[in-house]
Amino acid sequence: MTTTEYIKPGDLSDLHHLMEEYKGRATVVAGGTNLIPEMRNGEKAPELLIDISDMAALSFIRENNGSIAIGAATTIAEMAASPVLLDNSPILASAAKQLGNPLTRNRATLGGNLANASPCADTAPPLLALDASVEILSPGGKTRQVSLSKFFHGYKFTDLAKGEILTGITFPKPNDSTKGSHTKIGLRNAASICVASIAVALDMEGKTCRKARVAAGSVAPIPMRAYRVEKLLEGKEINAALLEECMAVVKEEISPISDIRGSLEYRSYVTAMILKRNIKRALKQEI
Amino acid sequence: MQKQHMQMRINGEPCEFWVEPNTLLMNLLRNEMELTGTKYGCGTGQCGGCTVLVNGEPVLSCLTLALAVDGADILTIEGVAAPDGTLDPIQEAFLDTAAIQCGYCTPGMVLMAKALLNKNPSPSEDQIREHIKGNLCRCTGYHRIVQAIKSCGE
Repeated sequence: MTTTEYIKPGDLSDLHHLMEEYKGRATVVAGGTNLIPEMRNGEKAPELLIDISDMAALSFIRENNGSIAIGAATTIAEMAASPVLLDNSPILASAAKQLGNPLTRNRATLGGNLANASPCADTAPPLLALDASVEILSPGGKTRQVSLSKFFHGYKFTDLAKGEILTGITFPKPNDSTKGSHTKIGLRNAASICVASIAVALDMEGKTCRKARVAAGSVAPIPMRAYRVEKLLEGKEINAALLEECMAVVKEEISPISDIRGSLEYRSYVTAMILKRNIKRALKQEI
Repeated sequence: MQKQHMQMRINGEPCEFWVEPNTLLMNLLRNEMELTGTKYGCGTGQCGGCTVLVNGEPVLSCLTLALAVDGADILTIEGVAAPDGTLDPIQEAFLDTAAIQCGYCTPGMVLMAKALLNKNPSPSEDQIREHIKGNLCRCTGYHRIVQAIKSCGE
Protein backbone atom coordinates (compact mmCIF):
# COMPACT_ATOMS: atom_id res chain seq x y z
CA MET A 1 0.00 0.00 0.00
CA THR A 2 1.36 3.40 -0.90
CA THR A 3 0.28 6.68 0.59
CA THR A 4 2.31 9.80 0.97
CA GLU A 5 0.26 11.93 3.29
CA TYR A 6 -2.51 11.66 5.80
CA ILE A 7 -4.50 14.55 7.25
CA LYS A 8 -7.36 14.79 9.72
CA PRO A 9 -9.24 18.05 9.23
CA GLY A 10 -10.41 19.72 12.42
CA ASP A 11 -13.62 21.28 11.14
CA LEU A 12 -15.63 21.91 7.97
CA SER A 13 -13.64 25.00 7.09
CA ASP A 14 -10.39 22.98 7.32
CA LEU A 15 -12.02 20.31 5.23
CA HIS A 16 -13.00 22.45 2.25
CA HIS A 17 -9.68 24.28 2.31
CA LEU A 18 -7.86 20.95 2.18
CA MET A 19 -10.13 19.66 -0.57
CA GLU A 20 -9.40 22.80 -2.55
CA GLU A 21 -5.67 22.72 -1.92
CA TYR A 22 -5.30 19.06 -2.86
CA LYS A 23 -8.01 19.00 -5.53
CA GLY A 24 -7.76 15.82 -7.52
CA ARG A 25 -4.97 14.38 -5.38
CA ALA A 26 -6.97 13.78 -2.23
CA THR A 27 -8.96 10.70 -1.40
CA VAL A 28 -11.46 11.03 1.40
CA VAL A 29 -11.49 8.16 3.86
CA ALA A 30 -13.76 7.50 6.81
CA GLY A 31 -14.17 3.88 7.96
CA GLY A 32 -11.81 2.59 5.26
CA THR A 33 -13.71 -0.67 4.89
CA ASN A 34 -13.89 -0.23 1.10
CA LEU A 35 -10.71 1.75 0.58
CA ILE A 36 -8.16 -0.27 2.56
CA PRO A 37 -8.79 -3.56 0.67
CA GLU A 38 -8.63 -1.59 -2.61
CA MET A 39 -5.32 -0.04 -1.55
CA ARG A 40 -3.98 -3.37 -0.45
CA ASN A 41 -4.67 -5.11 -3.74
CA GLY A 42 -3.32 -2.18 -5.71
CA GLU A 43 -6.59 -0.93 -7.24
CA LYS A 44 -6.08 2.43 -5.58
CA ALA A 45 -2.95 4.30 -4.56
CA PRO A 46 -4.08 7.64 -3.15
CA GLU A 47 -1.42 10.31 -2.75
CA LEU A 48 -3.21 11.96 0.13
CA LEU A 49 -5.79 10.65 2.56
CA ILE A 50 -8.18 13.07 4.20
CA ASP A 51 -9.67 11.21 7.14
CA ILE A 52 -13.07 12.54 8.21
CA SER A 53 -13.88 9.70 10.61
CA ASP A 54 -13.21 11.83 13.70
CA MET A 55 -15.15 14.90 12.56
CA ALA A 56 -17.96 15.53 15.05
CA ALA A 57 -19.50 18.00 12.56
CA LEU A 58 -20.15 15.11 10.15
CA SER A 59 -21.35 12.54 12.65
CA PHE A 60 -25.01 13.04 13.61
CA ILE A 61 -28.56 11.84 13.06
CA ARG A 62 -30.99 14.72 13.53
CA GLU A 63 -34.68 15.28 13.17
CA ASN A 64 -35.86 18.84 12.76
CA ASN A 65 -38.54 20.79 10.91
CA GLY A 66 -40.03 17.69 9.37
CA SER A 67 -36.80 16.44 7.92
CA ILE A 68 -34.13 13.98 8.93
CA ALA A 69 -30.44 14.65 8.41
CA ILE A 70 -27.56 12.20 8.72
CA GLY A 71 -23.89 13.20 8.64
CA ALA A 72 -21.53 11.46 6.22
CA ALA A 73 -19.22 10.17 8.97
CA THR A 74 -22.09 8.55 10.89
CA THR A 75 -21.32 4.86 11.19
CA ILE A 76 -23.65 2.21 9.85
CA ALA A 77 -23.85 0.76 13.40
CA GLU A 78 -25.09 4.12 14.69
CA MET A 79 -27.73 4.20 11.96
CA ALA A 80 -28.89 0.65 12.68
CA ALA A 81 -29.40 1.51 16.36
CA SER A 82 -30.77 5.04 15.93
CA PRO A 83 -34.18 5.59 17.58
CA VAL A 84 -34.82 8.43 15.09
CA LEU A 85 -34.35 6.10 12.13
CA LEU A 86 -36.08 3.11 13.72
CA ASP A 87 -39.13 5.33 14.37
CA ASN A 88 -39.24 7.33 11.17
CA SER A 89 -37.53 5.29 8.50
CA PRO A 90 -37.33 1.63 9.54
CA ILE A 91 -36.46 0.68 5.95
CA LEU A 92 -33.19 2.59 6.30
CA ALA A 93 -32.45 1.13 9.74
CA SER A 94 -33.19 -2.33 8.30
CA ALA A 95 -30.70 -1.83 5.46
CA ALA A 96 -28.06 -0.54 7.88
CA LYS A 97 -28.55 -3.55 10.12
CA GLN A 98 -27.93 -5.89 7.17
CA LEU A 99 -24.79 -4.18 5.84
CA GLY A 100 -21.63 -6.25 6.27
CA ASN A 101 -21.14 -7.56 9.80
CA PRO A 102 -21.04 -5.94 13.25
CA LEU A 103 -17.31 -5.23 12.90
CA THR A 104 -17.54 -3.50 9.53
CA ARG A 105 -20.65 -1.62 10.65
CA ASN A 106 -18.67 -0.08 13.52
CA ARG A 107 -16.30 1.63 11.06
CA ALA A 108 -18.17 1.87 7.74
CA THR A 109 -20.03 5.13 7.25
CA LEU A 110 -23.07 6.39 5.38
CA GLY A 111 -20.93 8.75 3.32
CA GLY A 112 -18.59 5.96 2.28
CA ASN A 113 -21.42 3.64 1.34
CA LEU A 114 -22.92 6.29 -0.99
CA ALA A 115 -19.76 7.95 -2.35
CA ASN A 116 -18.30 4.55 -3.27
CA ALA A 117 -21.27 4.35 -5.66
CA SER A 118 -21.45 0.60 -5.88
CA PRO A 119 -24.70 -0.75 -7.34
CA CYS A 120 -24.95 -2.92 -4.22
CA ALA A 121 -24.63 -0.03 -1.71
CA ASP A 122 -27.00 -1.23 0.99
CA THR A 123 -28.19 2.18 2.21
CA ALA A 124 -28.99 3.51 -1.28
CA PRO A 125 -32.32 1.83 -2.12
CA PRO A 126 -34.08 2.87 1.11
CA LEU A 127 -32.67 6.40 0.79
CA LEU A 128 -33.90 6.57 -2.82
CA ALA A 129 -37.34 5.42 -1.64
CA LEU A 130 -37.25 8.13 1.04
CA ASP A 131 -36.57 10.86 -1.57
CA ALA A 132 -33.22 11.68 0.04
CA SER A 133 -30.94 14.47 -1.12
CA VAL A 134 -27.18 14.46 -0.85
CA GLU A 135 -25.42 17.42 0.79
CA ILE A 136 -22.20 18.36 -0.95
CA LEU A 137 -19.45 20.72 0.22
CA SER A 138 -17.70 22.39 -2.70
CA PRO A 139 -14.34 24.14 -2.87
CA GLY A 140 -14.61 27.62 -1.41
CA GLY A 141 -17.03 26.43 1.23
CA LYS A 142 -20.16 26.57 -0.88
CA THR A 143 -22.70 23.85 -0.36
CA ARG A 144 -25.10 22.29 -2.80
CA GLN A 145 -27.77 19.65 -2.71
CA VAL A 146 -28.52 17.03 -5.28
CA SER A 147 -31.29 14.48 -5.25
CA LEU A 148 -29.88 11.01 -4.55
CA SER A 149 -31.71 9.82 -7.66
CA LYS A 150 -29.41 12.12 -9.69
CA PHE A 151 -26.26 11.53 -7.59
CA PHE A 152 -25.27 8.19 -9.10
CA HIS A 153 -24.09 8.67 -12.69
CA GLY A 154 -22.74 5.21 -13.38
CA TYR A 155 -20.84 2.29 -11.91
CA LYS A 156 -18.68 3.79 -9.11
CA PHE A 157 -19.22 7.22 -10.66
CA THR A 158 -21.08 10.05 -8.93
CA ASP A 159 -22.06 13.69 -9.28
CA LEU A 160 -19.12 14.72 -7.05
CA ALA A 161 -16.71 16.99 -8.93
CA LYS A 162 -13.02 17.14 -8.08
CA GLY A 163 -12.55 18.82 -4.72
CA GLU A 164 -16.14 18.17 -3.63
CA ILE A 165 -17.11 16.03 -0.70
CA LEU A 166 -20.34 14.39 0.38
CA THR A 167 -21.14 15.73 3.86
CA GLY A 168 -24.47 14.05 4.53
CA ILE A 169 -27.99 13.34 3.41
CA THR A 170 -31.42 14.71 4.26
CA PHE A 171 -34.85 13.37 3.59
CA PRO A 172 -38.35 14.53 4.48
CA LYS A 173 -39.78 12.77 7.50
CA PRO A 174 -42.30 10.29 6.06
CA ASN A 175 -45.89 11.11 6.99
CA ASP A 176 -48.06 8.70 8.95
CA SER A 177 -49.80 7.40 5.84
CA THR A 178 -46.52 6.32 4.23
CA LYS A 179 -45.85 2.61 4.52
CA GLY A 180 -42.42 1.15 3.84
CA SER A 181 -40.74 -2.19 3.39
CA HIS A 182 -37.24 -3.35 2.48
CA THR A 183 -35.66 -6.66 1.53
CA LYS A 184 -32.06 -7.54 0.77
CA ILE A 185 -31.29 -10.84 -0.86
CA GLY A 186 -27.80 -12.16 -0.17
CA LEU A 187 -26.17 -15.54 -0.51
CA ARG A 188 -26.14 -16.05 3.25
CA ASN A 189 -27.33 -14.25 6.37
CA ALA A 190 -24.01 -12.99 7.69
CA ALA A 191 -21.79 -10.44 6.00
CA SER A 192 -23.45 -10.86 2.65
CA ILE A 193 -23.07 -8.69 -0.41
CA CYS A 194 -26.40 -7.78 -1.91
CA VAL A 195 -27.59 -9.88 -4.87
CA ALA A 196 -30.78 -7.89 -5.26
CA SER A 197 -32.69 -5.54 -3.01
CA ILE A 198 -35.92 -3.59 -3.05
CA ALA A 199 -37.12 -0.71 -0.92
CA VAL A 200 -40.64 0.70 -1.21
CA ALA A 201 -42.34 3.69 0.40
CA LEU A 202 -46.03 3.99 -0.40
CA ASP A 203 -48.17 6.94 0.67
CA MET A 204 -51.64 5.44 0.97
CA GLU A 205 -55.10 6.96 1.09
CA GLY A 206 -57.25 4.03 2.05
CA LYS A 207 -56.53 1.38 -0.55
CA THR A 208 -55.33 3.89 -3.12
CA CYS A 209 -51.67 4.69 -3.54
CA ARG A 210 -51.15 8.46 -3.54
CA LYS A 211 -47.41 8.43 -4.06
CA ALA A 212 -45.05 5.55 -4.67
CA ARG A 213 -41.30 5.33 -4.36
CA VAL A 214 -39.70 2.09 -5.44
CA ALA A 215 -35.92 1.55 -5.52
CA ALA A 216 -33.74 -1.42 -6.38
CA GLY A 217 -30.13 -2.35 -5.67
CA SER A 218 -27.63 -4.63 -7.45
CA VAL A 219 -29.74 -4.91 -10.61
CA ALA A 220 -28.33 -2.03 -12.69
CA PRO A 221 -25.01 -0.14 -12.90
CA ILE A 222 -26.33 2.14 -10.15
CA PRO A 223 -28.80 1.89 -7.28
CA MET A 224 -31.95 2.88 -9.16
CA ARG A 225 -35.49 4.16 -8.85
CA ALA A 226 -38.09 2.06 -10.67
CA TYR A 227 -39.94 5.06 -12.10
CA ARG A 228 -42.28 3.07 -14.29
CA VAL A 229 -43.38 0.89 -11.38
CA GLU A 230 -43.95 4.03 -9.30
CA LYS A 231 -46.11 5.53 -12.05
CA LEU A 232 -48.05 2.33 -12.39
CA LEU A 233 -48.88 2.29 -8.66
CA GLU A 234 -49.73 5.97 -8.21
CA GLY A 235 -53.41 6.89 -8.18
CA LYS A 236 -54.52 3.29 -8.26
CA GLU A 237 -56.00 0.80 -5.90
CA ILE A 238 -53.39 -1.87 -5.26
CA ASN A 239 -54.74 -5.31 -6.08
CA ALA A 240 -53.37 -8.63 -7.27
CA ALA A 241 -53.63 -7.72 -10.96
CA LEU A 242 -51.70 -4.49 -10.44
CA LEU A 243 -48.99 -6.37 -8.55
CA GLU A 244 -48.59 -8.79 -11.47
CA GLU A 245 -48.24 -5.80 -13.77
CA CYS A 246 -45.61 -4.25 -11.46
CA MET A 247 -43.63 -7.49 -11.53
CA ALA A 248 -43.60 -7.51 -15.32
CA VAL A 249 -42.63 -3.84 -15.53
CA VAL A 250 -39.83 -4.00 -12.98
CA LYS A 251 -38.22 -6.80 -14.97
CA GLU A 252 -38.16 -4.48 -18.00
CA GLU A 253 -36.86 -1.55 -15.99
CA ILE A 254 -33.86 -3.22 -14.37
CA SER A 255 -30.72 -4.24 -16.25
CA PRO A 256 -29.02 -6.89 -14.14
CA ILE A 257 -25.87 -8.77 -15.08
CA SER A 258 -24.69 -12.27 -14.28
CA ASP A 259 -21.77 -12.47 -11.87
CA ILE A 260 -20.37 -14.74 -9.18
CA ARG A 261 -23.28 -13.96 -6.89
CA GLY A 262 -26.16 -14.60 -9.23
CA SER A 263 -27.31 -14.90 -12.80
CA LEU A 264 -29.17 -12.26 -14.76
CA GLU A 265 -32.20 -14.56 -14.83
CA TYR A 266 -32.17 -15.12 -11.08
CA ARG A 267 -31.78 -11.43 -10.33
CA SER A 268 -34.66 -10.60 -12.63
CA TYR A 269 -36.90 -13.26 -11.09
CA VAL A 270 -36.06 -12.47 -7.48
CA THR A 271 -36.36 -8.69 -7.94
CA ALA A 272 -39.92 -9.06 -9.23
CA MET A 273 -40.71 -11.44 -6.39
CA ILE A 274 -39.36 -9.22 -3.60
CA LEU A 275 -41.06 -6.22 -5.18
CA LYS A 276 -44.41 -7.97 -4.85
CA ARG A 277 -43.65 -9.14 -1.31
CA ASN A 278 -42.51 -5.71 -0.20
CA ILE A 279 -45.59 -3.96 -1.52
CA LYS A 280 -47.74 -6.53 0.26
CA ARG A 281 -45.71 -6.28 3.43
CA ALA A 282 -45.82 -2.47 3.36
CA LEU A 283 -49.60 -2.59 3.15
CA LYS A 284 -49.73 -5.47 5.64
CA GLN A 285 -52.59 -7.04 3.77
CA GLU A 286 -53.31 -10.13 1.79
CA ILE A 287 -53.77 -9.35 -1.85
CA MET B 1 6.52 8.94 3.12
CA GLN B 2 6.42 11.14 6.19
CA LYS B 3 6.00 9.50 9.57
CA GLN B 4 3.48 11.05 11.91
CA HIS B 5 3.30 11.06 15.67
CA MET B 6 0.44 9.37 17.48
CA GLN B 7 -0.46 8.02 20.86
CA MET B 8 -2.79 5.34 22.14
CA ARG B 9 -3.48 3.44 25.30
CA ILE B 10 -2.89 -0.20 24.51
CA ASN B 11 -4.20 -2.57 27.17
CA GLY B 12 -4.08 0.30 29.63
CA GLU B 13 -0.49 1.35 28.84
CA PRO B 14 0.09 4.77 27.28
CA CYS B 15 2.12 4.29 24.08
CA GLU B 16 3.60 6.69 21.53
CA PHE B 17 4.58 5.94 17.98
CA TRP B 18 5.89 7.49 14.81
CA VAL B 19 3.96 5.76 12.06
CA GLU B 20 3.71 5.93 8.32
CA PRO B 21 0.29 7.07 7.05
CA ASN B 22 -0.50 3.66 5.58
CA THR B 23 0.36 1.66 8.69
CA LEU B 24 -2.55 -0.51 9.71
CA LEU B 25 -3.52 -0.82 13.34
CA MET B 26 -3.05 -4.59 13.06
CA ASN B 27 0.56 -4.27 11.86
CA LEU B 28 1.37 -1.72 14.54
CA LEU B 29 0.08 -4.07 17.23
CA ARG B 30 1.76 -7.16 15.81
CA ASN B 31 5.06 -5.75 14.56
CA GLU B 32 5.81 -2.81 16.87
CA MET B 33 4.15 -4.03 20.04
CA GLU B 34 4.65 -7.76 19.36
CA LEU B 35 1.05 -8.34 20.40
CA THR B 36 0.61 -11.25 18.04
CA GLY B 37 -2.62 -12.45 19.61
CA THR B 38 -4.31 -10.20 17.07
CA LYS B 39 -4.47 -12.44 13.99
CA TYR B 40 -4.14 -11.62 10.32
CA GLY B 41 -6.72 -13.66 8.45
CA CYS B 42 -8.23 -12.34 5.25
CA GLY B 43 -7.27 -8.66 5.12
CA THR B 44 -10.64 -7.84 3.56
CA GLY B 45 -12.98 -7.66 6.53
CA GLN B 46 -14.55 -11.05 6.18
CA CYS B 47 -13.02 -13.17 8.95
CA GLY B 48 -12.77 -11.14 12.17
CA GLY B 49 -9.40 -12.65 13.15
CA CYS B 50 -7.91 -9.18 13.66
CA THR B 51 -10.69 -7.96 15.99
CA VAL B 52 -9.62 -5.51 18.70
CA LEU B 53 -11.69 -3.16 20.85
CA VAL B 54 -11.27 0.54 20.10
CA ASN B 55 -12.83 2.60 22.88
CA GLY B 56 -14.85 -0.49 23.77
CA GLU B 57 -16.22 -1.12 20.26
CA PRO B 58 -14.99 -4.09 18.23
CA VAL B 59 -13.31 -3.15 14.96
CA LEU B 60 -11.22 -4.88 12.33
CA SER B 61 -7.63 -3.80 12.95
CA CYS B 62 -6.62 -4.96 9.44
CA LEU B 63 -8.94 -2.35 7.87
CA THR B 64 -8.17 0.44 10.30
CA LEU B 65 -5.31 2.86 9.78
CA ALA B 66 -3.29 3.36 12.94
CA LEU B 67 -3.50 7.14 12.58
CA ALA B 68 -7.28 6.92 12.40
CA VAL B 69 -7.39 5.78 16.03
CA ASP B 70 -4.89 8.31 17.37
CA GLY B 71 -5.73 8.93 21.02
CA ALA B 72 -7.93 5.84 21.36
CA ASP B 73 -8.06 3.19 24.02
CA ILE B 74 -7.18 -0.18 22.47
CA LEU B 75 -7.86 -3.56 24.03
CA THR B 76 -6.25 -6.63 22.47
CA ILE B 77 -6.53 -10.23 23.66
CA GLU B 78 -3.31 -9.75 25.65
CA GLY B 79 -5.09 -7.17 27.83
CA VAL B 80 -8.15 -9.25 28.65
CA ALA B 81 -6.66 -11.21 31.56
CA ALA B 82 -5.64 -9.30 34.70
CA PRO B 83 -1.98 -8.21 34.87
CA ASP B 84 -1.28 -10.99 37.42
CA GLY B 85 -2.46 -13.55 34.90
CA THR B 86 -5.91 -14.17 36.36
CA LEU B 87 -8.14 -15.02 33.44
CA ASP B 88 -11.22 -13.00 32.61
CA PRO B 89 -14.51 -14.86 33.29
CA ILE B 90 -15.01 -15.00 29.51
CA GLN B 91 -11.68 -16.77 29.06
CA GLU B 92 -12.57 -19.17 31.90
CA ALA B 93 -15.88 -19.86 30.19
CA PHE B 94 -14.14 -20.62 26.87
CA LEU B 95 -11.88 -23.11 28.69
CA ASP B 96 -14.70 -24.68 30.73
CA THR B 97 -16.86 -25.08 27.64
CA ALA B 98 -13.99 -26.31 25.43
CA ALA B 99 -14.86 -23.52 23.01
CA ILE B 100 -11.38 -23.58 21.47
CA GLN B 101 -10.16 -25.84 18.70
CA CYS B 102 -7.30 -24.47 16.59
CA GLY B 103 -7.50 -21.17 18.46
CA TYR B 104 -7.03 -18.80 15.54
CA CYS B 105 -10.45 -17.16 15.90
CA THR B 106 -10.37 -17.24 19.71
CA PRO B 107 -8.86 -13.78 20.37
CA GLY B 108 -11.52 -12.21 18.15
CA MET B 109 -14.31 -14.28 19.64
CA VAL B 110 -13.28 -13.45 23.23
CA LEU B 111 -13.10 -9.73 22.42
CA MET B 112 -16.47 -9.86 20.66
CA ALA B 113 -17.90 -11.57 23.76
CA LYS B 114 -16.39 -8.90 25.97
CA ALA B 115 -17.89 -6.07 23.91
CA LEU B 116 -21.30 -7.75 23.89
CA LEU B 117 -21.38 -8.57 27.61
CA ASN B 118 -20.30 -5.03 28.51
CA LYS B 119 -23.45 -3.73 26.83
CA ASN B 120 -25.80 -6.61 27.42
CA PRO B 121 -24.96 -8.72 30.48
CA SER B 122 -27.46 -11.47 29.57
CA PRO B 123 -27.55 -11.88 25.80
CA SER B 124 -29.86 -14.44 24.21
CA GLU B 125 -28.47 -17.10 21.89
CA ASP B 126 -29.84 -15.18 18.89
CA GLN B 127 -28.18 -11.98 20.06
CA ILE B 128 -24.87 -13.79 20.51
CA ARG B 129 -25.05 -15.38 17.05
CA GLU B 130 -25.97 -12.03 15.51
CA HIS B 131 -23.06 -10.37 17.31
CA ILE B 132 -20.38 -12.85 16.17
CA LYS B 133 -21.55 -12.91 12.53
CA GLY B 134 -18.34 -11.21 11.42
CA ASN B 135 -16.05 -13.72 13.12
CA LEU B 136 -15.36 -16.95 11.30
CA CYS B 137 -14.37 -20.15 13.06
CA ARG B 138 -13.12 -22.50 10.36
CA CYS B 139 -13.10 -25.40 12.80
CA THR B 140 -16.85 -24.54 12.88
CA GLY B 141 -16.87 -24.70 16.65
CA TYR B 142 -19.62 -22.12 16.88
CA HIS B 143 -21.85 -24.18 19.14
CA ARG B 144 -19.36 -24.24 22.01
CA ILE B 145 -18.40 -20.61 21.47
CA VAL B 146 -22.04 -19.55 21.74
CA GLN B 147 -22.45 -21.77 24.82
CA ALA B 148 -19.38 -20.22 26.44
CA ILE B 149 -20.62 -16.67 25.88
CA LYS B 150 -24.09 -17.60 27.06
CA SER B 151 -22.70 -19.15 30.26
CA CYS B 152 -21.09 -15.80 31.14
CA GLY B 153 -24.45 -14.12 31.05
CA GLU B 154 -26.19 -16.45 33.38
